[in-house]
Formats: sequence, C-alpha cells, structure tokens
Amino acid sequence: MADMTIVLNGQDRAAPAGASVLGLLETLGLAPGRVAVEVNGRILRREDFPRAILRESDRVEVVQFVGGG
Amino acid sequence: MKSDALTIAGRSYPSRLIVGTGKYPTLEIMKRAIEASGASMVTVAVRRVELSRRSGPSLLDFIDTGKVALLPNTAGCSTAEEAVRTARLGREAGLSDLVKLEVIGDEKTLFPDNEGLVQATRVLVKEGFTVLPYTNDDLVVAKRLRDAGAAAVMPLAAPIGSGLGVQNPANLRIILEEIRDIPIIVDAGVGTASDASMVMEMGADGVLMNTGIAGAGDPVKMARAMRLAIEAGRLAFEAGRIPKKLYATASSPVEGIVR
Repeated sequence: MADMTIVLNGQDRAAPAGASVLGLLETLGLAPGRVAVEVNGRILRREDFPRAILRESDRVEVVQFVGGG
Repeated sequence: MKSDALTIAGRSYPSRLIVGTGKYPTLEIMKRAIEASGASMVTVAVRRVELSRRSGPSLLDFIDTGKVALLPNTAGCSTAEEAVRTARLGREAGLSDLVKLEVIGDEKTLFPDNEGLVQATRVLVKEGFTVLPYTNDDLVVAKRLRDAGAAAVMPLAAPIGSGLGVQNPANLRIILEEIRDIPIIVDAGVGTASDASMVMEMGADGVLMNTGIAGAGDPVKMARAMRLAIEAGRLAFEAGRIPKKLYATASSPVEGIVR
C-alpha cells in the first residue's frame, strides 16, 4: 500500500494509505481507551476510531492525560 | 466524627480536598500521596502524546479511577478557544463532563484572563460540561462565572505554586458571604496545613492543591497533614467558633478560691 503523509502532533509522519485512526494508534502502541484524537480540528468519538480513515495531509492530534494541577 | 460531603452539580464527593497529579518526584509517590490525602477528585492535564519517547508507565496506571474522579484541566491555555478545545479533548479522553477551566492571562503570575474565562464557561456549559473555573479572588468575576453556569467557582489564595497562603482574606470572605448557591473551592497558593485549615474555617467548601503536597519534603506525609487540616477546618466552621474578645474571661470559677 502506498504511503501518505499526515501531520501528527505537529510533525510530518508517513502512514499507510487508507489507515484508520485505530490502526494508527496500534502502530504507535497506544491504548485507544486512554487517548483522545482530533482530526482536522474535529474530535472523534472513541467508537469511531476503527472507521475513521485518514487521508493525505490530515492534521491529527493525539492527546492523553499527564500529571497536572 | 466526619464532616459532611462536598456536592458539585448534584454529585457528592466524600472529601473536600482535591489534589493535583503534577510535579511529584515519582508516580509511585504520587499514588501514595493521593491515598494519604483521602481526595475523591484529582486534577490531570491534557497534553500531546510524546511520539519520540518510548512510552513509559502511564499516569492512569497510578490512579484508582474507581475511587477518585478525574478532573481534566485546561492548564496552559491562554485563550477561550484553546481552553474549549482542550476541555473537549479532556472529556473524550476521560469520558467525564468535569473540567477545571483555566484561561491564563499573564505568564509570570499565571493570573486568569477573566474575560476569556467567562466566555469559555458559557460555551462549555452549553455543551453540557460541569465547569469549575480557576479565577482570582474577585467577587464580580465570581458572580459572572456563576451566572454563566459554572458549577463551582475556584478563587486563588495566592499565585499558582507560590505557597504563600491566603493573601487577601477579606476578598475571600466577601466571596464566601456573597455566593451561597454554588461551592467555592479555594484553588492555588496553599503552602501548608494551616493555610488549608484557615480557608476551611472561613467557610470554603473545598480546597484544590498540587505543589503544596507534591513539592513538600515528604509529599505523602504532607498529603495526610492536608487531609487532617481540611477536616479540622471544616469541623471548626460547622461547630462555630467563639467570638474574639480583647480581654480575658476566666475559665475556672471565680468563687471559692482558697485565700
């Protein structure tokens, strides 16, 4: 499958064309239940991760909880 | 004897102490400090996953979310838009409507941007969030936040992380007297146990702190001290203190003294 380039947390990153958000998280070794994902400024619901297909140049933000006050 | 619970937006929390999860020497110490504090709610920050670093242990591995509620914050946000976006991400990550709303207006003092705060509160309340805004000790702003639908108002005692204790007790008293319909939770500036007791004796509904515990020489011991201070202060408030008088009143009978 041809690669595409997405912008992940502000940095260019190659991903297989047609990859889903869930697939991306698995590649990154991240538990889907512990992150929130935004694609092109729209927040995805967790249950939509498997069917959310990424496209060339998509801007993806993956966030998690860290220590804070 | 236990003091009564803290109620926010109809939900009841056994402890009136809310603790942060930042700046601990280790996650293991954080875990033990949270347990020692007895807190039923802990704040967390929302940040980009670091992709360059090999994923280590996750914060959530050290928090018993069956026992304590997560309160995601919007720390570091300097506009209403940023704060709203971060709040939405936090809700999706934690599947809870609670948010500690911060809109920072000044980097050196971390004082809040009140205009942005009120604006973001309106938006988030409309979206069903339970909004707990961190604000300064200003009655007018506190009223605006309440009128915008905030579930509680969280005025500072002193700048975040300063440990100065209550710098303006009169302002805090005014807020506590004038806003009776939603909880007032003192957030930021508490340095030691007596600071926490003092605001609880004044009638604050709760205290939120992070650095005061995490930065202490022994965070676990300080967490316990804060727990006791919050309970003691609350009980003293509920009991009703004696009026202050300038001159002495004898505690022992004045009759029957052997002369």
